[in-house]
Amino acid sequence: MDKLSGAQSELREMDVLAAGISVVHRLHPLCKLLVTVTYIFIVVSFHKYDLSGLIVMVLYPVLMFQAAEIPVRVFFYKLRVVLPLVCAVGLANPFLDRMPLTQIGNLVITGGVVSMLTLMLKGCLALMASFLLVATTPIDMLCGALRKLHVPKVLTALLLLTYRYVGVIMGEASAMSQAYSLRAPGQKGIHISAWGSFLGQLLLRSMDRAQELYSSMELRGFQGEFFYSDIPACRVSSVMFVLVSCSFFACARVVNIAWLLGNLVVR
Amino acid sequence: MIEFQNVSFSYDKKTPVVQDLDLVIKKGETVGLIGANGAGKSTILKLMLGLLYGEGTIIVDGLSVTKANLPMIRKKTGYVLQDSDNQMFMPTVYEDMMFGLRNYGMSREAAEARVDAVLEQLGLQDLKYRHNHKISGGEKRMAAIATVLVMQPEVILMDEPSTALDPFNRRTVIRTIQVLPQTKVIASHDLDMILETCDRVVLLSHGKVVADGDCGMILRDRALLEQNRMELPLCMQMQGV
Ligand SMILES: Nc1ncnc2c1ncn2[C@@H]1O[C@H](COP(=O)(O)OP(=O)(O)OP(=O)(O)O)[C@@H](O)[C@H]1O
Ligand SMILES: [Mg+2]
Repeated sequence: MDKLSGAQSELREMDVLAAGISVVHRLHPLCKLLVTVTYIFIVVSFHKYDLSGLIVMVLYPVLMFQAAEIPVRVFFYKLRVVLPLVCAVGLANPFLDRMPLTQIGNLVITGGVVSMLTLMLKGCLALMASFLLVATTPIDMLCGALRKLHVPKVLTALLLLTYRYVGVIMGEASAMSQAYSLRAPGQKGIHISAWGSFLGQLLLRSMDRAQELYSSMELRGFQGEFFYSDIPACRVSSVMFVLVSCSFFACARVVNIAWLLGNLVVR
Repeated sequence: MIEFQNVSFSYDKKTPVVQDLDLVIKKGETVGLIGANGAGKSTILKLMLGLLYGEGTIIVDGLSVTKANLPMIRKKTGYVLQDSDNQMFMPTVYEDMMFGLRNYGMSREAAEARVDAVLEQLGLQDLKYRHNHKISGGEKRMAAIATVLVMQPEVILMDEPSTALDPFNRRTVIRTIQVLPQTKVIASHDLDMILETCDRVVLLSHGKVVADGDCGMILRDRALLEQNRMELPLCMQMQGV
């Protein structure tokens, strides 16, 4: 499989993941959205030296991955391109912030090192939470949830159509590059001289297909409002999920749980 | 039911693709549109749905095809596209079939019952929860036909419904078309299928009607067909017409 169709099927795999039937999948999409937003908000709000406090927040994604029956490696694999970028954000900190913070044996740990680790962890955790949301909630349910929050229908339709059309463009690109490589054996990638026409064709073909797809939607009564999949009624379990997770996040933010536990053990 | 009055159309304003077309299709009729590649079959179907606009008047069930009437016309009309990849846009076959019904405000239960009935009619129960990108070309074709039939439109337009189908599925589609009471327009190169399903055939060449009449008569006319880059249907060849 070439890179493009690989990327395409990866995108489609998110649909497959989202169609699962685990406990997490069955939670109300609005509740999941709420918890995810709260989680990210709280994770980001930790102080830059508060690494020990932040550690506890790892618990949420770990538990959720278990409950959703999605192997964590899927996350690392799918986001292998983005993760290094997120981690690179704090790389300069150790050089900028040399204030000693603590000491382990002879090793002085500066504020920069701690804040770098905190920043990296924050990035990863936020990504994990978003990934979990998308991987356990079909995109139309997500849009439906947003509509319930009175997000304008233009925006939700835009989100949904973008998601669908990205697949269309990638599909066209992969079909074209396959056709190209079949007639240019032994050539790696696409020769620079063909790039102009390749991109032009890609644009035209994607536009044509998008147009046809849109007609096909219009022909079946589409007028700007999607009937997003029926959002299941909000059950007690979903409400409990919101209450328990959000109070846990709040606790973790106010009290340094790792530190407390550590103290217990040491005593 | 469907009326073309002096309709002309061109994609680039230079080469006419449809020329002075006059055509009346009566309610309940099944009409086959045949003609060489590029004769204008798909274009005519698209004109009926207001996906393209030309000169002249097209009337579908008493409504002329104008922007204002489009929602009503489209509600009455089902269209199987020539390329089924462009027809399906939801993740699964089931969701795709539900899409139109839900748009017209049908409850989930009622819609699902209809979906199941059509899937059974076409023998596609196994396809229901399959992902659209993971089914074969012919399966996609069948699914695309199912998405249209489930709407129970008053007029059904089909562009090459039998391409990519195996003989069994092709037979299922033919039988289904035969029992559907609606007005149907079928554009196809599969003349045997046209012969089995249509009462009337319209033969096009360069956007003009070359022949229009009884299916058996036109599809028997070897000279006429060969002039227009076609052949006698296989069953006629075997009968030694
Ligand atoms: N989007 C387009 N832009 C410009 N010209 C087009 C476009 N689509 C079709 N044509 C031209 O219009 C003519 C009629 O096309 P149409 O698709 O209606 O033919 P058809 O009878 O359906 O052919 P086929 O049997 O190959 O499906 C062809 O000559 C084609 O080249
Ligand atoms: Mg065509």
